[in-house]
Amino acid sequence: MELKDLYRDVILDHNRQPRNFGRLDPADATADGHNPLCGDRLSLSLRLSGDTITDIRFEGKGCAISTASASLMSEAVKGRDRRAVHQLFTQVHALLTQPEAPVTDSLGKLAALSGVREFPSRVKCASLCWHTLNAALDEGGTISTEAGNESSSEGTR
Amino acid sequence: MSATPLRAATGSGYDVERVRRDFPILSRTVHGKPLVYLDSAASSQRPLAVIRAVDDYESHSHANVHRGVHALSQEATAAYEGARERVRRFLNARSTREIIFTRGTTESINLVAQSFGRARLGPGDEILITALEHHANIVPWQLVRDATGCSLVVAPIDRSGELIMEEFHRLLTPRTRLVAVAHVSNALGTILPVAQIIAAAHARRVPVLIDGAQAVPHTRVDVQGLGADFYAFSGHKVYGPTGIGVLYGREELLASMPPWQGGGDMILNVTFERTTYNELPYKFEAGTPNMSGAVGLAAAIDYLEALGIEAIAAHEHTLLEAASAALGSIPGLTLIGTARHKASVMSFVMQGIHPHDLGTILDAEGVAVRTGHHCAQPVMDFFGIPATARASFACYNTLAEVQQLAAALRRAQEVFG
Repeated sequence: MELKDLYRDVILDHNRQPRNFGRLDPADATADGHNPLCGDRLSLSLRLSGDTITDIRFEGKGCAISTASASLMSEAVKGRDRRAVHQLFTQVHALLTQPEAPVTDSLGKLAALSGVREFPSRVKCASLCWHTLNAALDEGGTISTEAGNESSSEGTR
Repeated sequence: MSATPLRAATGSGYDVERVRRDFPILSRTVHGKPLVYLDSAASSQRPLAVIRAVDDYESHSHANVHRGVHALSQEATAAYEGARERVRRFLNARSTREIIFTRGTTESINLVAQSFGRARLGPGDEILITALEHHANIVPWQLVRDATGCSLVVAPIDRSGELIMEEFHRLLTPRTRLVAVAHVSNALGTILPVAQIIAAAHARRVPVLIDGAQAVPHTRVDVQGLGADFYAFSGHKVYGPTGIGVLYGREELLASMPPWQGGGDMILNVTFERTTYNELPYKFEAGTPNMSGAVGLAAAIDYLEALGIEAIAAHEHTLLEAASAALGSIPGLTLIGTARHKASVMSFVMQGIHPHDLGTILDAEGVAVRTGHHCAQPVMDFFGIPATARASFACYNTLAEVQQLAAALRRAQEVFG
């Protein structure tokens, strides 16, 4: 477990200067993501031409991993259609969760997230934006990394 | 049943190295570094005396309690009821009828909410809490509010994390039916003036519940001296096992309250027409209880008292002062919770580094801290932050560990450039 693998220069750079940060108004699709365990919040807004994402913005507060992941995702999905986004999501999900998943060229800069899988407690930080994008492309709304009743209390003191 | 802990004090000094040897887990490494455990406010570690007491019970004395005439059942009952008497002495309660074993502070508060709250509250009635409560002292009252139509009133805190007493007095009205407050804030470390709060509430004949989860490891609690009507705490924050906790309740109140869970052990006689409930405290202990947990808790109390709560508190205060100085000198670090009277908790945020990232970097250095909202989201909202990092100190932490924390935080700043 090496910190350098998690906090690579690309990650730190995208955390410091997130790309496509902000909100599109009007937007063709929006969704909010929430990770109640660490308080991360993310709002995505998209412009679509048919099935293709022509523009994307995100805003919110989060840790370096969630901010950099959203920034990298926004660059990666621009110009892709739903099917291509879905394929990319499947690849990223494997990258984040499967120790043996290959880091393929098709991932581009997203490969910088490969260190996350060594830190199981941080996988949700990196995947929050992708789940939120899925929600935006489906019907919008709010997703949470912790499915459940809003009023429930979780965790320890 | 209770094991005898080693005396930790040598001469007049507090020998922390000797205390550390009582806690086997403290000798392990994490990611190749010595463990620096600064998350005792979430759960403290157990001394050998507790581990052995539980092992001894499980190995030699276990059977179901309050039932069999056979030897093991009698031994188990003696161990369990002995633990209850140990807790009674620890809290200076009048009678063991006032000591109810629960799963922990959360269940203790839910018991009062469901039994006392649902039976006695209705529209127009108010429950008064404070803005620094843990979710466990908020959500049970919201459930009661939703079930009965009563209201939940919240006394505000100031920017240092202290309860604003003038506001508390103003919000304590003829409509107030119960006051429920933390003794020590888990997110901020604030020690609340509970004696003053209880006096003010009692002047209006309002009963008071104290959430003592964060107080019991650090301060002597005398429920009679305080005048608390209910006092709740957890075993695992006071060097005992998880899954065991205590609700102290004044006998007159407990006697007048209906049971909240039904089942075995809480009854005297059951027919399909009618059930007669058992006497206190069994009326509130349905089902087979956590005997090994109770035995472990009794051993933890023995351990705590052998070290001396005052000696532990003085040691922790030294650590807290050193941490305030060490962390205060780190540029970009802001302490969250700067009350005049604090116990053992150091919450902070660092400019440009999210608490979650801090937690990961500190973990890589072997330093365990809690990051997140600490089950106190309203506190985070009040300070306008999503989360904090929190270091909390216990009897086994050292000044060297405070410096290791500070060094790890500087390392985090290096990583983030």
